[in-house]
Amino acid sequence: MSKIRVLVGTRKGAFILTADGARKRWKVSGPHFAGWEIYHMKASPVNPDRIYASQTSAWFGQIIQRSDNAGKTWNTPGSSPEELKGPDGMAKAESNKFVYDTSPETGKPLTTHQFYDGTQHPWEFKRVWHLEPSLHDPDHVYAGVEDAALFESKDGGKSWHELAGLRGSDTGPKWQPGAGGMCLHTILLDPGNPNRISIAISAAGTFRTDDGGKTWKPINRGLHSQFLPDPTAEVGHCVHRIAFHPSRPNTLFMQKHWDVMRSDNAGDSWQEVSGNLPTDFGFPIDVHAHEPETIYVVPIKSDSEHYPLKGRLRVYRSRAGGNEWEALTKGLPQRNCYVNVLRDAMSVDSLEPCGIYFGTTGGQVYASADSGDRWKAIVHDLPPVLSVEVQTLP
Amino acid sequence: MIRVVLPPHLRTLAHVDGEIEFEVKNPVTQGSVLDALEGKYPMLRGTIRDHVTQLRRPMVRFFACGEDLSHESPDAPLPAAIAKGSEPFVIIGAIAGG
Repeated sequence: MSKIRVLVGTRKGAFILTADGARKRWKVSGPHFAGWEIYHMKASPVNPDRIYASQTSAWFGQIIQRSDNAGKTWNTPGSSPEELKGPDGMAKAESNKFVYDTSPETGKPLTTHQFYDGTQHPWEFKRVWHLEPSLHDPDHVYAGVEDAALFESKDGGKSWHELAGLRGSDTGPKWQPGAGGMCLHTILLDPGNPNRISIAISAAGTFRTDDGGKTWKPINRGLHSQFLPDPTAEVGHCVHRIAFHPSRPNTLFMQKHWDVMRSDNAGDSWQEVSGNLPTDFGFPIDVHAHEPETIYVVPIKSDSEHYPLKGRLRVYRSRAGGNEWEALTKGLPQRNCYVNVLRDAMSVDSLEPCGIYFGTTGGQVYASADSGDRWKAIVHDLPPVLSVEVQTLP
Repeated sequence: MIRVVLPPHLRTLAHVDGEIEFEVKNPVTQGSVLDALEGKYPMLRGTIRDHVTQLRRPMVRFFACGEDLSHESPDAPLPAAIAKGSEPFVIIGAIAGG
């Protein structure tokens, strides 16, 4: 029977939830890395027992953890004295060394971006928001970081190098932080084209490379952000999340600061599909595992409240790729609920019927084993949930 | 032997319990103590001082013999009691946050 593994990153550690294919009884492992912020965990599609984790702290900075046994044990890659000896005879221990590329040979990276007050501000590494393992090589993994940049490791997380062409594109000085910082939070790897990667940055927008990361272009045509001096500017849009179905990588769905959007040409142009949503603000968006036109969002009241409308937690599902939405409420709290669902905190499994999962800032992880019709909290009282990833295992 | 007290999260990261001890070549300074510490526990690299600049992270502080030495030069000799191992070099995470 298949097995489900849910990787949950929280403000105070990581948790791993497991169940068999019935998805009724869940075992909870954790907290791993207790007391640390776990922004994201994700497993390699090639080796599902290899899990990468971003562990961060305002005090002690960034740590990259890796497990090669499904989370039973963890290590900081390249930190054992037996490996990666540096010239001074010490282990390099560079798995947490994220240094922006300043060499003119690799894209002429910029050194400043726009700050909250409109002045130019130097790029400063703060943390890894998102880890995206390669679809082909378990040692190859991408990291989206704050301040926004894309890094990759080809040695299992032991060392990291910036794909500097992204920051080196002409628009960098216009990128600006959102309320949560200037973060690169979404990385989509095209299953059919290893040279195509799409990423999203708050608050710069969406970008795409078609040459494996050497050069990038903004793909924000059609976005409208009323808070910008030019609402249709090439960059500056606060994109909260993008998603696609692996069988249709040219069809992208976006939850923006306001507006749910859709592109059918890999981001070259977008159109709004917010339709009858009660509010078009939210953070996560995801796609059903077997129905490429079935998508999910969690509408949230904004501007600054960031909790469900009228205290009712509702996932909205569209079976038409947007515009026509239905509220999913069964099993979700329908009064006095004032949690948020963050951008990396929704995921799907690939069982039949498809399972949908999301975590809240109130510490619940809700799951639906029937494509969203009915929900149940599989854990109730975790620390605030930052990210949820789901693995479907044989 | 030099004695070092790590903050709890770094003890967990380094897989150690309580105070740790190791040899440090003379002169015994903040810099040489941290070099030796990171050599013995490489996973601590970047957590106490920046990987590149080697500057102390803002919310980490160094104490020894009841004194806050956080703003001393990394190359300044530490008190003799630290060098002799009669007192520990204490690394502290700032009391902040929730």
